[in-house]
Amino acid sequence: MQNFLDFEKPIAELAGKIEGLRHLDDQSSDVNIADEVSKLEAKADKLLRQTYAKLSSWQKTQVARHPDRPHCKDYISQLIEDFTPLAGDRNFAEDYAIIGGLGRFRGHSVVVIGQEKGADMHSRVKHNFGMARPEGYRKAQRLMDMADRFNLPVITLVDTAGAYPGVGAEERGQSEAIARSIEKCLGIKVPLISAVIGEGGSGGAIALATANAVLMLEHSIYSVISPEGCASILWRSGDQAKEAAEALKLTAQDLEKLEVIDEIIPEPLGGAHRAKQTCIKALGDSIERHLKELLKLNGAELRQKRRDKFLEMGQKGL
Amino acid sequence: MNWISNYVRPKIRALVQNDTPDDLWVKSPATGQMIFKKELEKNLWVCPYSGYHLRISARDRLKTLFDEGEYTLVELPKTMTDPLKFKDLKRYTDRIKDANAKNEDKEAILVAHGSMGGMPAVVAVFNFTYMGGSMGTAVGEGLLTAARLAVLQEAPLLVIPASGGARMQEGILSLMQMPRSIVAVDMVKEAGLPYVVLLTDPTTGGVSASFAMLGDIAIAEPGANIGFAGKRVIEETIREKLPEGFQTAEYLLEHGMVDMVVHRHELRETLIRIFNLLTQKGPAAKVLPLRDSTEDKAAKPKGNSKAE
Repeated sequence: MQNFLDFEKPIAELAGKIEGLRHLDDQSSDVNIADEVSKLEAKADKLLRQTYAKLSSWQKTQVARHPDRPHCKDYISQLIEDFTPLAGDRNFAEDYAIIGGLGRFRGHSVVVIGQEKGADMHSRVKHNFGMARPEGYRKAQRLMDMADRFNLPVITLVDTAGAYPGVGAEERGQSEAIARSIEKCLGIKVPLISAVIGEGGSGGAIALATANAVLMLEHSIYSVISPEGCASILWRSGDQAKEAAEALKLTAQDLEKLEVIDEIIPEPLGGAHRAKQTCIKALGDSIERHLKELLKLNGAELRQKRRDKFLEMGQKGL
Repeated sequence: MNWISNYVRPKIRALVQNDTPDDLWVKSPATGQMIFKKELEKNLWVCPYSGYHLRISARDRLKTLFDEGEYTLVELPKTMTDPLKFKDLKRYTDRIKDANAKNEDKEAILVAHGSMGGMPAVVAVFNFTYMGGSMGTAVGEGLLTAARLAVLQEAPLLVIPASGGARMQEGILSLMQMPRSIVAVDMVKEAGLPYVVLLTDPTTGGVSASFAMLGDIAIAEPGANIGFAGKRVIEETIREKLPEGFQTAEYLLEHGMVDMVVHRHELRETLIRIFNLLTQKGPAAKVLPLRDSTEDKAAKPKGNSKAE
């Protein structure tokens, strides 16, 4: 059963009709039904195209959070061979919200790190809905250190509503863990490529995304605060999330104009979840291209260019 | 509309207000006691009865730290105003106008240099009264300026955050100040100079999760609220009451997140001792007591470098 978003209602209705006709088609051999189905399919396709061509910021937020959207694990299983997950921060715990490990990406040994939101109720709880605690960010630092030591490029996949706000997380230094993770990203002498595949939620995202190349999927979002959080502070009501989403300029398209990201990866028609493999491959191709370029630089250059890139930000407005 | 609300109430209000003009007395947020403002100023904005540390203005703070209270403010580079053309219930440009009207200093950070205990020092202090000390592009630029100046003067850098976090009205560009501020403090660290942070009330959100938690030495002021997530957000997420003293300076000390919690009266002395220990590796240089003007400052060339 496909999940439809609220603004996809007309598309869902068409899909329901098509489904009903197909069911009829199984029982009879009426040629008209097949005709009707293909007509409706063309209509649904057109509608989808029209809807997705002009998604609002809030609609993009919904697509970015779509429960069926491919998550970190899907990317790893399709793009990384011999993936060898590595666990733990060697200090307190293993944090399942951030997965990471060694693997081979199109012929290169790499370290992969990413937030995993989970795909069903059980795995969502296990992965804490992709909201990492300090241990997750400390594990990320440990893996980046290892990448540095063995001269392996790092690929990070960002998909989180934000770092977890909890008592334990505060006690164990959530702020410090994020700060050190950003510092680690800035310090390593290997290529660091980051892709926002769904939600890039604030400090929890930048902790992994201070990279040489920052890529974003077409309908992903990246923001200093969630639209709901922003609305509840500035509008004093979470109901204004739509307005906040517009104001925050959190879409890949806006961020490209602000020169905060380097490339937008087009998604299949109707969003990544409608053709997962195609989307994952497209991101893989882009990462490969950036990796090829970055591998031409030496360690000191990689580090300097990463710093300079962030220092130059903020000169371009909308 | 009627006589009571139009005439009587304002009169009563005026009478009550006249009893306690707000420029003479300050109410202690801890005990509710009224404290004579002059006395409070003399006591570095620490409540003389309860020891409660009230927020101190950025300029007053600088005065309490530098030798003889003398320092030079550094002009900060201009940054883009309102890069996103942000509007919530109010335009961001209007919020900036309001903040400018209410504040002597036109950004949420001040950068100063001078001497502390006879040694050069660079201090970047957040101006909390300016939009809650929120960190946008200008604050990031301020921290970079402070770091470059410290490197140029071979001076320790002290940063004093007092900030609710990122400035939402600058959206993603505010978030980008997290890595930018970290680049700044790493420049100081790589030059072999001390980077000391004084965490004051409040230090939260994107500010705490970046440069503020990366000090070689982390000092916190008593009672300061320091943490990543806001208390309300945490309560709504975990749906329980938060423990007593949660996210206070003392709580952070208890959990190993800061080196020390220092009373404002002992702050200057402590900072000078730390700078001394980290930079004067031979026998100790003479440490000045608070606001002592006996040291011969002419012997030390005073840095007069300008920010780039």
